[in-house]
Amino acid sequence: MTVSKRIVLHFPPRIVDQPIVYRLVKDFDLQFNILKASVTPGREGILVMELTGGQRNYDQGIKYLTDTGVKIQALSQDVVRNEARCTHCGACITLCPTNAFSLEPGTRRVLFDHAKCVVCELCIKACPPRAMELYF
Amino acid sequence: MLKTIAEINDKIKKGEAVVVTAEEIIDITKKKGLAKVAEEVDVVTTGTFGPMCSSGAYFNIGHTKPKIKLGGGRVYLNDVPAYTGLAAVDIFLGATALPDDDPRNKIYPGEFRYGGGHVIEELVAGKDVRLTATAYGTDCYPKRKLESWVNLKDINEAVLFNVRNAYQNYNVAVNLSNRILYTYMGVLKPDLGNANYSSAGQLSPLLNDPFYKTIGIGTRIFLGGGIGYVAWHGTQHNPNVLRGDNGVPRRPAGTLAVIGDLKQMKPQWLVGTSFLGYGCTITVGIGVPIPILSEEILRYTLVTDADIFAPVVDYSEGYPQRKPDILAEVSYAELKSGSIKVQGKEVPTASLSSYPKAIEIANILKDWIKRGEFFLTEPVAPLPGVESGIIFKALEERPILEL
Repeated sequence: MTVSKRIVLHFPPRIVDQPIVYRLVKDFDLQFNILKASVTPGREGILVMELTGGQRNYDQGIKYLTDTGVKIQALSQDVVRNEARCTHCGACITLCPTNAFSLEPGTRRVLFDHAKCVVCELCIKACPPRAMELYF
Repeated sequence: MLKTIAEINDKIKKGEAVVVTAEEIIDITKKKGLAKVAEEVDVVTTGTFGPMCSSGAYFNIGHTKPKIKLGGGRVYLNDVPAYTGLAAVDIFLGATALPDDDPRNKIYPGEFRYGGGHVIEELVAGKDVRLTATAYGTDCYPKRKLESWVNLKDINEAVLFNVRNAYQNYNVAVNLSNRILYTYMGVLKPDLGNANYSSAGQLSPLLNDPFYKTIGIGTRIFLGGGIGYVAWHGTQHNPNVLRGDNGVPRRPAGTLAVIGDLKQMKPQWLVGTSFLGYGCTITVGIGVPIPILSEEILRYTLVTDADIFAPVVDYSEGYPQRKPDILAEVSYAELKSGSIKVQGKEVPTASLSSYPKAIEIANILKDWIKRGEFFLTEPVAPLPGVESGIIFKALEERPILEL
């Protein structure tokens, strides 16, 4: 069975210079798609990526990352909409580079598709009632 | 066939009034015909929910012991400065006011996370707000410093008083330059990257009564989730603009000044709002009932998004430099389709005014009237119309020369 998940990797400074993603491909036969990366030698690095592969390989890959000292979060936890604050104006729609926002036909309510979000954070400050929130 | 407001109020009292929204009336009239609907329908409700900067509230906070004269002093609510040029304990808080230590656009684009609009929202939500004040002290008002929590329920008057709301039509903002712009019309991407508009279109109050035949001074309205009134015409009220054959303005035109008791309003209809790189404001919910007194008044409420046109304006050069250039005219039906054509380019559109919330407001107002909780008022005086001869003036600067 194939799994595909979007995850956020936090690299502690001591392993930022190690070829960790290479090992995921080579040793665990996993496909990766980097959505966002911020890696500076000597500092903590953050990598947001989609990881795809067989369930067994995926689990072993995640175990390898954890053993190396990488902290892992599910991406879906990162940008969330505060439903009570969203006024459904739609200011976010044309700003999102991955089209994660759309209008529900008929009601014109703004829909937020988590799966499309790459945590670029553009919507967070551009949302007039500041309904989009970033969670670490 | 002519109805009067008194007759409609009689029906509201008996629970017999027929009330529909400005969206529903379109299809109803298509099916039944003008004459029949003008007879049957008593009230059409409108709604709009958008950022409206010329908004604010005044408060009488009550006298301290010993007394303090805030007039001429300085007052802050949650660090946001309020206007004190009034009597001892009357203050006015504007929606766009910012804390003194907000960096504004020094770190560009400024975030403008918290301002007067947010304070108003928190007060309406029943939260305690920190009042800090300094005064100069007088014989009759000796106290010179005040720091206290205040709550809406404890102060004497709290009145929302917005000097310009509910714009009758508005610009569609685009950006012709090659850099990103941060405006009160939202973030505008370079090279016609997006187009932002802000009107409820076919649901918007003044677009359903284009010549102000029913909406006037004293009209009772839905304001911020409670009841308010039209106090005056709004600032920049400009009825003399280009209009379509249907009478609907094709440019920003009329506006309303509105007033109402803040204590009975609700925070979901007065939302503190931040525009990246621009400033703070408040998003205000307004709903105006239109009494169907005649076929003519009914006909105006039948306006659809396809019949309302807005000017597309460049906010990189045209708007800031006060140039009259208009890049195109587009209908709200086109705007709501998701993209418009400007200079041969397909430009994706987004709204700053919430249509789902406008519908909700029109429906709440409809329910109030149907339940006999909201009665219509006869305007005390009309708003200035096309015949008023109002000219929208710009400030032609006269330099002050040093002696």
